[in-house]
Amino acid sequence: MKAMVYRGPYRIEVEEKPMPRIEHPNDAIVRVTLAAICGSDLHLYHGMMPDTRVGTTFGHEFIGVVEQVGPSVERLKVGDRVMVPFNVYCGSCYFCARGLYSNCHNVNPNATAIGGIYGYSHTCGGYDGGQAEYVRVPFADVGPQVIPDWMSDEDAVLLTDALPTGYFGAQLGSIDEGDTVAVFGAGPIGLYAARCAWLMGAGRVIVIDRLDCRLERAREFAFAETYNYEQVRDIVVTLKKATDWLGADVAIDAVGAEADGNRLQHFTATKLKLQGGSPVALNWAIDSVRKGGTVAVLGAYGPVFSAVKFGDAMNKGLTLRMNQCPVKRQWPRLFEHLQAGRLAPSEIVTHTVPLEYIADGYDMFSAKRDGCIKTLVRP
Amino acid sequence: MDPYTAGTPRPQVDADALRARIPGWGADLDAADRPSVPRESFDPGASGAHWEVPTQQPGGEERERSIEHRQLTPVFGTVAPLAGLAGRIRRTAYRRYSEGRLAHWLLLMAADRVEVLQSRLPGAR
Repeated sequence: MKAMVYRGPYRIEVEEKPMPRIEHPNDAIVRVTLAAICGSDLHLYHGMMPDTRVGTTFGHEFIGVVEQVGPSVERLKVGDRVMVPFNVYCGSCYFCARGLYSNCHNVNPNATAIGGIYGYSHTCGGYDGGQAEYVRVPFADVGPQVIPDWMSDEDAVLLTDALPTGYFGAQLGSIDEGDTVAVFGAGPIGLYAARCAWLMGAGRVIVIDRLDCRLERAREFAFAETYNYEQVRDIVVTLKKATDWLGADVAIDAVGAEADGNRLQHFTATKLKLQGGSPVALNWAIDSVRKGGTVAVLGAYGPVFSAVKFGDAMNKGLTLRMNQCPVKRQWPRLFEHLQAGRLAPSEIVTHTVPLEYIADGYDMFSAKRDGCIKTLVRP
Repeated sequence: MDPYTAGTPRPQVDADALRARIPGWGADLDAADRPSVPRESFDPGASGAHWEVPTQQPGGEERERSIEHRQLTPVFGTVAPLAGLAGRIRRTAYRRYSEGRLAHWLLLMAADRVEVLQSRLPGAR
Protein backbone atom coordinates (compact mmCIF):
# COMPACT_ATOMS: atom_id res chain seq x y z
CA MET A 1 0.00 0.00 0.00
CA LYS A 2 1.02 3.64 -0.37
CA ALA A 3 1.81 5.59 2.79
CA MET A 4 3.46 8.76 3.92
CA VAL A 5 6.82 7.80 5.47
CA TYR A 6 9.03 9.88 7.79
CA ARG A 7 12.67 10.01 6.65
CA GLY A 8 13.96 12.66 9.06
CA PRO A 9 13.20 16.27 10.00
CA TYR A 10 11.58 18.19 7.13
CA ARG A 11 11.78 15.07 4.97
CA ILE A 12 8.83 12.85 4.21
CA GLU A 13 8.10 10.65 1.22
CA VAL A 14 5.29 8.53 -0.14
CA GLU A 15 6.41 4.91 -0.34
CA GLU A 16 5.12 1.39 -0.66
CA LYS A 17 4.71 -0.26 2.77
CA PRO A 18 3.40 -3.68 3.78
CA MET A 19 -0.35 -3.79 4.45
CA PRO A 20 -1.20 -3.52 8.16
CA ARG A 21 -2.49 -6.75 9.67
CA ILE A 22 -4.69 -7.83 12.56
CA GLU A 23 -2.32 -8.07 15.55
CA HIS A 24 -4.87 -8.31 18.37
CA PRO A 25 -8.33 -9.92 18.41
CA ASN A 26 -10.04 -6.52 18.72
CA ASP A 27 -8.14 -4.86 15.86
CA ALA A 28 -9.69 -3.64 12.65
CA ILE A 29 -8.02 -2.67 9.40
CA VAL A 30 -9.49 0.51 7.93
CA ARG A 31 -9.12 1.67 4.34
CA VAL A 32 -8.55 5.39 4.68
CA THR A 33 -10.82 7.58 2.55
CA LEU A 34 -9.85 10.97 3.96
CA ALA A 35 -7.17 12.18 6.36
CA ALA A 36 -5.89 15.53 7.56
CA ILE A 37 -2.61 17.17 8.53
CA CYS A 38 -2.78 18.48 12.08
CA GLY A 39 -0.72 21.36 13.44
CA SER A 40 0.78 18.92 15.91
CA ASP A 41 2.01 16.77 13.00
CA LEU A 42 4.38 19.64 12.32
CA HIS A 43 6.14 18.99 15.64
CA LEU A 44 6.98 15.52 14.31
CA TYR A 45 7.87 16.87 10.88
CA HIS A 46 10.26 19.34 12.50
CA GLY A 47 11.91 16.62 14.58
CA MET A 48 10.74 17.94 17.94
CA MET A 49 9.14 14.80 19.38
CA PRO A 50 11.56 12.31 20.97
CA ASP A 51 11.54 8.76 19.56
CA THR A 52 10.10 9.62 16.17
CA ARG A 53 11.48 6.76 14.11
CA VAL A 54 12.44 6.70 10.47
CA GLY A 55 9.92 4.64 8.54
CA THR A 56 6.83 5.56 10.55
CA THR A 57 3.64 6.97 9.05
CA PHE A 58 2.02 10.03 10.62
CA GLY A 59 -1.64 10.96 10.72
CA HIS A 60 -4.04 10.89 13.64
CA GLU A 61 -7.01 12.50 11.87
CA PHE A 62 -8.66 10.07 9.45
CA ILE A 63 -11.85 8.34 8.43
CA GLY A 64 -12.36 5.32 6.27
CA VAL A 65 -14.12 2.05 5.54
CA VAL A 66 -13.65 -1.12 7.60
CA GLU A 67 -11.76 -3.61 5.48
CA GLN A 68 -11.13 -6.40 8.00
CA VAL A 69 -12.00 -7.10 11.66
CA GLY A 70 -10.40 -9.26 14.34
CA PRO A 71 -12.24 -12.25 15.86
CA SER A 72 -13.47 -10.41 18.99
CA VAL A 73 -14.87 -7.33 17.21
CA GLU A 74 -18.65 -7.09 17.81
CA ARG A 75 -19.67 -3.55 16.93
CA LEU A 76 -18.15 -3.02 13.50
CA LYS A 77 -18.41 -4.99 10.30
CA VAL A 78 -16.60 -4.97 6.98
CA GLY A 79 -17.87 -2.12 4.82
CA ASP A 80 -18.81 0.23 7.67
CA ARG A 81 -17.91 3.89 7.06
CA VAL A 82 -16.16 4.92 10.26
CA MET A 83 -14.60 7.92 11.96
CA VAL A 84 -11.70 7.14 14.27
CA PRO A 85 -10.77 9.33 17.26
CA PHE A 86 -7.08 10.21 17.43
CA ASN A 87 -6.86 8.48 20.81
CA VAL A 88 -5.93 4.79 20.89
CA TYR A 89 -7.57 3.52 24.10
CA CYS A 90 -8.75 0.31 25.72
CA GLY A 91 -11.98 1.51 27.35
CA SER A 92 -11.43 -0.55 30.50
CA CYS A 93 -8.45 0.74 32.51
CA TYR A 94 -8.63 3.04 35.55
CA PHE A 95 -8.50 6.15 33.36
CA CYS A 96 -10.83 5.01 30.56
CA ALA A 97 -13.44 3.96 33.15
CA ARG A 98 -13.47 7.60 34.27
CA GLY A 99 -13.79 9.06 30.78
CA LEU A 100 -10.13 10.02 30.46
CA TYR A 101 -9.71 8.20 27.15
CA SER A 102 -6.68 10.24 26.17
CA ASN A 103 -4.88 9.01 29.29
CA CYS A 104 -5.37 5.27 28.71
CA HIS A 105 -2.89 3.11 30.64
CA ASN A 106 -3.14 0.02 28.42
CA VAL A 107 -1.97 1.13 24.98
CA ASN A 108 1.34 2.92 25.30
CA PRO A 109 4.25 0.87 26.64
CA ASN A 110 6.73 3.62 25.84
CA ALA A 111 5.40 6.24 28.25
CA THR A 112 3.01 6.55 31.16
CA ALA A 113 2.55 10.32 30.84
CA ILE A 114 0.51 10.05 27.65
CA GLY A 115 -1.87 7.53 26.14
CA GLY A 116 -1.77 6.18 22.61
CA ILE A 117 -2.04 8.33 19.50
CA TYR A 118 -2.06 7.15 15.89
CA GLY A 119 1.05 8.10 13.97
CA TYR A 120 2.55 10.20 16.70
CA SER A 121 5.95 8.66 17.49
CA HIS A 122 6.90 5.84 19.80
CA THR A 123 6.52 8.23 22.73
CA CYS A 124 2.80 7.85 21.98
CA GLY A 125 2.88 4.09 21.53
CA GLY A 126 4.53 3.39 18.18
CA TYR A 127 1.38 3.10 16.04
CA ASP A 128 1.30 3.93 12.36
CA GLY A 129 -1.09 6.71 11.38
CA GLY A 130 -3.73 7.28 8.78
CA GLN A 131 -1.86 9.29 6.14
CA ALA A 132 -1.84 6.07 4.15
CA GLU A 133 -4.16 3.84 2.19
CA TYR A 134 -4.75 1.50 5.14
CA VAL A 135 -4.27 1.65 8.91
CA ARG A 136 -4.48 -0.72 11.86
CA VAL A 137 -7.11 0.40 14.39
CA PRO A 138 -6.76 -1.26 17.83
CA PHE A 139 -9.77 -1.71 20.11
CA ALA A 140 -12.20 -1.42 17.23
CA ASP A 141 -15.18 -1.87 19.57
CA VAL A 142 -14.17 1.19 21.61
CA GLY A 143 -12.78 4.01 19.46
CA PRO A 144 -14.27 4.04 15.96
CA GLN A 145 -17.89 4.88 15.28
CA VAL A 146 -20.02 4.51 12.18
CA ILE A 147 -20.39 7.93 10.53
CA PRO A 148 -24.02 9.10 10.49
CA ASP A 149 -25.51 9.24 6.99
CA TRP A 150 -26.14 12.97 7.26
CA MET A 151 -22.49 13.82 7.98
CA SER A 152 -20.05 14.72 5.19
CA ASP A 153 -16.60 13.16 4.99
CA GLU A 154 -15.03 16.58 5.49
CA ASP A 155 -16.94 17.24 8.71
CA ALA A 156 -16.33 13.69 9.92
CA VAL A 157 -12.56 13.89 9.56
CA LEU A 158 -12.53 17.20 11.43
CA LEU A 159 -14.42 15.51 14.26
CA THR A 160 -11.59 13.02 14.83
CA ASP A 161 -9.43 15.65 16.55
CA ALA A 162 -9.55 19.32 15.59
CA LEU A 163 -13.13 20.30 16.43
CA PRO A 164 -13.43 18.15 19.58
CA THR A 165 -10.11 19.54 20.81
CA GLY A 166 -11.24 23.13 20.33
CA TYR A 167 -14.58 22.36 22.00
CA PHE A 168 -12.79 20.61 24.85
CA GLY A 169 -10.53 23.63 25.32
CA ALA A 170 -13.49 25.93 25.73
CA GLN A 171 -14.83 23.53 28.35
CA LEU A 172 -11.49 23.52 30.17
CA GLY A 173 -11.90 27.29 30.46
CA SER A 174 -14.99 26.82 32.68
CA ILE A 175 -16.56 29.79 30.86
CA ASP A 176 -19.35 31.61 32.66
CA GLU A 177 -21.95 33.77 30.94
CA GLY A 178 -20.44 37.05 29.85
CA ASP A 179 -16.80 36.00 30.29
CA THR A 180 -14.09 37.52 28.16
CA VAL A 181 -12.11 34.74 26.50
CA ALA A 182 -8.69 35.31 24.90
CA VAL A 183 -7.54 32.62 22.46
CA PHE A 184 -3.88 32.53 21.46
CA GLY A 185 -3.47 31.05 17.99
CA ALA A 186 -5.79 31.23 15.00
CA GLY A 187 -4.99 27.84 13.54
CA PRO A 188 -7.74 25.24 13.32
CA ILE A 189 -7.79 24.46 17.05
CA GLY A 190 -7.81 28.12 18.03
CA LEU A 191 -10.59 28.92 15.55
CA TYR A 192 -12.72 26.08 16.89
CA ALA A 193 -12.00 26.98 20.53
CA ALA A 194 -12.98 30.59 19.84
CA ARG A 195 -16.18 29.58 18.08
CA CYS A 196 -17.09 27.10 20.84
CA ALA A 197 -16.49 29.68 23.58
CA TRP A 198 -19.67 31.38 22.35
CA LEU A 199 -21.64 28.16 22.83
CA MET A 200 -20.76 28.39 26.50
CA GLY A 201 -21.95 31.95 26.83
CA ALA A 202 -18.83 34.04 26.37
CA GLY A 203 -19.47 37.77 26.25
CA ARG A 204 -16.35 38.59 24.24
CA VAL A 205 -13.92 36.41 22.33
CA ILE A 206 -10.52 37.79 21.36
CA VAL A 207 -8.11 35.91 19.08
CA ILE A 208 -4.39 36.67 18.86
CA ASP A 209 -2.07 35.57 16.04
CA ARG A 210 0.53 37.05 13.70
CA LEU A 211 -0.96 36.02 10.34
CA ASP A 212 -3.55 38.42 8.98
CA CYS A 213 -5.24 35.77 6.83
CA ARG A 214 -5.87 33.65 9.91
CA LEU A 215 -7.09 36.62 11.90
CA GLU A 216 -9.50 37.41 9.09
CA ARG A 217 -10.82 33.85 9.39
CA ALA A 218 -11.13 34.34 13.14
CA ARG A 219 -13.35 37.36 12.56
CA GLU A 220 -15.49 35.61 9.95
CA PHE A 221 -15.70 32.05 11.29
CA ALA A 222 -15.38 32.65 15.02
CA PHE A 223 -16.97 36.14 15.26
CA ALA A 224 -13.93 37.22 17.26
CA GLU A 225 -12.15 40.49 17.89
CA THR A 226 -8.57 40.08 16.73
CA TYR A 227 -5.09 41.37 17.43
CA ASN A 228 -1.94 40.82 15.41
CA TYR A 229 0.77 40.67 18.07
CA GLU A 230 3.38 41.78 15.58
CA GLN A 231 1.51 45.01 15.02
CA VAL A 232 1.36 46.08 18.66
CA ARG A 233 4.23 46.96 20.95
CA ASP A 234 3.27 44.58 23.76
CA ILE A 235 0.39 42.15 23.34
CA VAL A 236 -0.06 41.70 27.10
CA VAL A 237 -0.54 45.44 27.66
CA THR A 238 -2.80 45.62 24.63
CA LEU A 239 -5.00 42.91 26.08
CA LYS A 240 -5.02 44.52 29.51
CA LYS A 241 -6.17 47.79 27.94
CA ALA A 242 -8.84 45.93 25.99
CA THR A 243 -10.18 44.27 29.15
CA ASP A 244 -10.54 47.26 31.47
CA TRP A 245 -7.05 46.61 32.88
CA LEU A 246 -8.25 43.45 34.61
CA GLY A 247 -7.31 40.86 32.01
CA ALA A 248 -9.41 38.23 30.30
CA ASP A 249 -11.42 35.84 32.48
CA VAL A 250 -10.22 32.87 30.48
CA ALA A 251 -7.16 32.45 28.26
CA ILE A 252 -6.61 29.52 25.92
CA ASP A 253 -3.22 28.46 24.54
CA ALA A 254 -4.01 26.96 21.15
CA VAL A 255 -0.45 27.22 19.84
CA GLY A 256 1.86 24.92 21.78
CA ALA A 257 5.43 23.91 21.18
CA GLU A 258 6.44 26.06 18.22
CA ALA A 259 5.11 29.44 19.24
CA ASP A 260 6.71 32.50 17.70
CA GLY A 261 6.83 35.87 19.42
CA ASN A 262 10.03 35.46 21.42
CA ARG A 263 13.25 34.69 19.56
CA LEU A 264 15.06 33.20 22.54
CA GLN A 265 12.21 30.85 23.42
CA HIS A 266 11.65 29.88 19.80
CA PHE A 267 15.32 29.24 19.08
CA THR A 268 16.05 27.24 22.22
CA ALA A 269 12.95 25.11 21.71
CA THR A 270 12.64 24.55 17.99
CA LYS A 271 16.27 24.74 16.86
CA LEU A 272 18.34 23.66 19.85
CA LYS A 273 15.65 21.34 21.28
CA LEU A 274 16.62 22.44 24.78
CA GLN A 275 12.97 22.82 25.77
CA GLY A 276 9.91 20.66 25.26
CA GLY A 277 8.38 23.62 23.50
CA SER A 278 8.46 27.37 23.14
CA PRO A 279 5.84 28.45 25.70
CA VAL A 280 5.38 31.99 24.39
CA ALA A 281 1.63 31.69 23.92
CA LEU A 282 1.26 29.99 27.29
CA ASN A 283 3.23 32.72 29.01
CA TRP A 284 1.16 35.39 27.29
CA ALA A 285 -1.96 33.56 28.44
CA ILE A 286 -0.68 33.55 32.02
CA ASP A 287 0.23 37.24 31.80
CA SER A 288 -2.95 38.45 30.15
CA VAL A 289 -5.59 36.52 32.07
CA ARG A 290 -7.01 38.21 35.14
CA LYS A 291 -6.04 37.21 38.66
CA GLY A 292 -8.09 34.21 39.72
CA GLY A 293 -8.77 33.41 36.06
CA THR A 294 -8.38 30.17 34.14
CA VAL A 295 -5.77 29.21 31.56
CA ALA A 296 -6.66 26.26 29.32
CA VAL A 297 -3.85 24.60 27.39
CA LEU A 298 -4.62 22.83 24.13
CA GLY A 299 -1.24 23.37 22.50
CA ALA A 300 0.95 20.28 22.45
CA TYR A 301 4.37 20.34 24.14
CA GLY A 302 7.15 17.78 24.21
CA PRO A 303 7.97 15.76 27.31
CA VAL A 304 10.99 17.73 28.55
CA PHE A 305 10.77 20.96 30.52
CA SER A 306 9.71 24.32 29.08
CA ALA A 307 10.38 27.80 30.47
CA VAL A 308 6.87 28.54 31.74
CA LYS A 309 6.19 31.57 33.97
CA PHE A 310 4.93 29.45 36.79
CA GLY A 311 5.63 32.06 39.45
CA ASP A 312 3.20 34.50 37.86
CA ALA A 313 0.61 31.75 37.54
CA MET A 314 0.95 31.02 41.25
CA ASN A 315 0.96 34.64 42.35
CA LYS A 316 -2.14 35.38 40.28
CA GLY A 317 -4.02 32.44 41.75
CA LEU A 318 -4.70 30.98 38.33
CA THR A 319 -6.33 27.70 37.53
CA LEU A 320 -4.37 25.87 34.84
CA ARG A 321 -6.30 23.16 33.03
CA MET A 322 -5.12 20.95 30.22
CA ASN A 323 -5.21 17.53 28.63
CA GLN A 324 -5.24 15.80 25.31
CA CYS A 325 -8.89 15.70 24.29
CA PRO A 326 -10.92 12.55 25.01
CA VAL A 327 -12.50 12.80 21.56
CA LYS A 328 -15.33 10.30 21.63
CA ARG A 329 -16.74 11.84 24.80
CA GLN A 330 -17.40 15.02 22.81
CA TRP A 331 -19.15 13.41 19.86
CA PRO A 332 -22.79 13.09 20.96
CA ARG A 333 -23.06 16.78 21.85
CA LEU A 334 -21.03 17.91 18.84
CA PHE A 335 -23.27 15.87 16.55
CA GLU A 336 -26.20 17.83 17.97
CA HIS A 337 -24.42 21.11 17.34
CA LEU A 338 -23.71 20.14 13.72
CA GLN A 339 -27.25 18.98 13.07
CA ALA A 340 -28.64 22.18 14.58
CA GLY A 341 -26.40 24.26 12.32
CA ARG A 342 -24.50 25.77 15.23
CA LEU A 343 -21.14 24.51 13.92
CA ALA A 344 -19.88 23.79 10.40
CA PRO A 345 -16.32 22.56 10.90
CA SER A 346 -15.37 22.16 7.24
CA GLU A 347 -15.67 25.93 6.71
CA ILE A 348 -12.02 26.28 7.74
CA VAL A 349 -10.60 23.79 5.23
CA THR A 350 -8.34 25.62 2.79
CA HIS A 351 -6.62 22.82 0.85
CA THR A 352 -7.05 19.18 -0.15
CA VAL A 353 -4.06 17.27 -1.55
CA PRO A 354 -3.73 13.74 -2.91
CA LEU A 355 -1.61 11.42 -0.76
CA GLU A 356 1.03 11.39 -3.50
CA TYR A 357 1.62 15.12 -2.89
CA ILE A 358 1.48 15.07 0.91
CA ALA A 359 5.09 16.29 1.18
CA ASP A 360 3.96 19.51 -0.56
CA GLY A 361 1.07 19.72 1.89
CA TYR A 362 3.42 19.52 4.87
CA ASP A 363 5.80 22.03 3.34
CA MET A 364 2.98 24.51 2.64
CA PHE A 365 1.47 24.09 6.13
CA SER A 366 4.85 24.37 7.82
CA ALA A 367 5.70 27.56 5.92
CA LYS A 368 2.13 28.92 6.36
CA ARG A 369 2.03 29.60 2.62
CA ASP A 370 -0.98 30.22 0.43
CA GLY A 371 -3.26 31.10 3.33
CA CYS A 372 -3.05 27.51 4.54
CA ILE A 373 -5.13 26.81 7.63
CA LYS A 374 -6.35 23.22 7.30
CA THR A 375 -5.22 20.66 4.75
CA LEU A 376 -7.02 17.42 4.02
CA VAL A 377 -5.32 14.43 2.39
CA ARG A 378 -7.08 12.08 0.01
CA PRO A 379 -5.45 8.64 -0.48
CA MET B 1 -8.75 58.19 35.23
CA ASP B 2 -11.15 55.59 36.57
CA PRO B 3 -10.05 54.04 39.87
CA TYR B 4 -10.08 50.32 40.45
CA THR B 5 -13.35 49.44 42.19
CA ALA B 6 -15.15 46.35 43.49
CA GLY B 7 -17.73 46.23 40.74
CA THR B 8 -17.13 44.89 37.28
CA PRO B 9 -16.35 47.59 34.78
CA ARG B 10 -17.72 45.42 32.01
CA PRO B 11 -21.13 46.04 30.53
CA GLN B 12 -23.92 43.54 31.12
CA VAL B 13 -24.11 40.94 28.37
CA ASP B 14 -26.98 41.42 25.93
CA ALA B 15 -27.82 37.75 25.52
CA ASP B 16 -30.52 38.34 22.93
CA ALA B 17 -28.19 40.36 20.74
CA LEU B 18 -25.47 37.73 20.99
CA ARG B 19 -27.95 34.96 20.25
CA ALA B 20 -29.09 36.84 17.16
CA ARG B 21 -25.54 37.44 15.94
CA ILE B 22 -23.82 34.14 16.75
CA PRO B 23 -25.30 30.74 15.87
CA GLY B 24 -25.70 28.64 19.00
CA TRP B 25 -24.70 31.32 21.48
CA GLY B 26 -25.28 29.98 24.99
CA ALA B 27 -26.35 26.49 23.88
CA ASP B 28 -23.92 25.02 26.39
CA LEU B 29 -24.37 27.61 29.12
CA ASP B 30 -25.56 24.87 31.42
CA ALA B 31 -22.50 22.87 32.51
CA ALA B 32 -24.65 19.73 32.28
CA ASP B 33 -24.50 20.13 28.48
CA ARG B 34 -20.71 20.13 28.47
CA PRO B 35 -19.50 16.58 27.81
CA SER B 36 -16.26 16.84 29.76
CA VAL B 37 -17.87 18.28 32.89
CA PRO B 38 -17.10 16.86 35.39
CA ARG B 39 -13.66 15.89 34.24
CA GLU B 40 -13.83 12.40 35.74
CA SER B 41 -17.05 10.50 35.53
CA PHE B 42 -16.87 6.85 36.61
CA ASP B 43 -18.82 4.79 34.09
CA PRO B 44 -16.96 1.65 33.05
CA GLY B 45 -19.75 0.64 30.67
CA ALA B 46 -19.69 3.84 28.65
CA SER B 47 -16.73 3.04 26.44
CA GLY B 48 -18.09 -0.05 24.71
CA ALA B 49 -15.35 -2.31 26.10
CA HIS B 50 -16.68 -5.83 26.64
CA TRP B 51 -13.71 -6.99 28.69
CA GLU B 52 -12.40 -6.23 32.15
CA VAL B 53 -8.84 -6.87 31.10
CA PRO B 54 -7.90 -6.73 27.42
CA THR B 55 -6.38 -9.80 25.80
CA GLN B 56 -2.60 -9.53 25.53
CA GLN B 57 -1.31 -8.82 22.03
CA PRO B 58 1.27 -11.50 21.13
CA GLY B 59 4.83 -10.83 20.04
CA GLY B 60 5.93 -8.40 22.69
CA GLU B 61 8.86 -10.32 24.14
CA GLU B 62 11.47 -7.87 22.89
CA ARG B 63 9.27 -4.79 22.96
CA GLU B 64 10.81 -1.86 24.85
CA ARG B 65 8.75 -0.22 27.60
CA SER B 66 8.96 2.56 30.12
CA ILE B 67 10.20 1.37 33.49
CA GLU B 68 7.30 3.32 34.97
CA HIS B 69 5.02 0.54 33.65
CA ARG B 70 4.66 -2.65 35.71
CA GLN B 71 4.49 -4.75 32.55
CA LEU B 72 4.11 -4.46 28.81
CA THR B 73 0.73 -2.95 27.94
CA PRO B 74 -1.89 -5.34 26.44
CA VAL B 75 -1.73 -3.51 23.11
CA PHE B 76 1.23 -1.77 21.54
CA GLY B 77 2.49 -0.42 18.24
CA THR B 78 4.75 -2.65 16.17
CA VAL B 79 6.04 -0.21 13.58
CA ALA B 80 9.82 0.31 13.33
CA PRO B 81 11.10 -2.02 16.07
CA LEU B 82 14.46 -1.33 17.70
CA ALA B 83 17.34 -1.93 15.31
CA GLY B 84 20.98 -0.97 14.80
CA LEU B 85 22.91 1.58 16.81
CA ALA B 86 19.87 3.81 17.27
CA GLY B 87 18.00 0.81 18.60
CA ARG B 88 20.72 0.13 21.17
CA ILE B 89 20.65 3.73 22.34
CA ARG B 90 16.86 3.63 22.62
CA ARG B 91 16.95 0.36 24.56
CA THR B 92 19.37 1.95 27.04
CA ALA B 93 17.07 4.94 27.43
CA TYR B 94 14.08 2.71 28.17
CA ARG B 95 15.88 0.20 30.40
CA ARG B 96 17.85 2.60 32.58
CA TYR B 97 15.93 5.85 32.90
CA SER B 98 12.38 6.72 33.84
CA GLU B 99 10.38 9.37 31.98
CA GLY B 100 11.25 11.69 34.86
CA ARG B 101 14.95 11.70 33.96
CA LEU B 102 16.33 14.09 31.36
CA ALA B 103 18.80 11.38 30.29
CA HIS B 104 15.87 9.30 29.03
CA TRP B 105 14.77 11.98 26.60
CA LEU B 106 18.24 13.13 25.57
CA LEU B 107 19.16 9.57 24.65
CA LEU B 108 15.97 9.17 22.65
CA MET B 109 16.59 12.42 20.78
CA ALA B 110 20.20 11.39 20.13
CA ALA B 111 18.98 8.06 18.77
CA ASP B 112 16.59 9.91 16.44
CA ARG B 113 19.49 11.83 14.90
CA VAL B 114 21.71 8.74 14.67
CA GLU B 115 18.93 6.84 12.91
CA VAL B 116 18.43 9.62 10.35
CA LEU B 117 22.16 9.66 9.59
CA GLN B 118 22.25 5.87 9.33
CA SER B 119 19.28 5.84 7.00
CA ARG B 120 21.08 8.17 4.60
CA LEU B 121 24.14 5.97 4.23
CA PRO B 122 24.47 4.28 0.84
CA GLY B 123 22.63 0.97 0.82
CA ALA B 124 20.69 1.70 3.99
CA ARG B 125 17.32 1.28 2.25
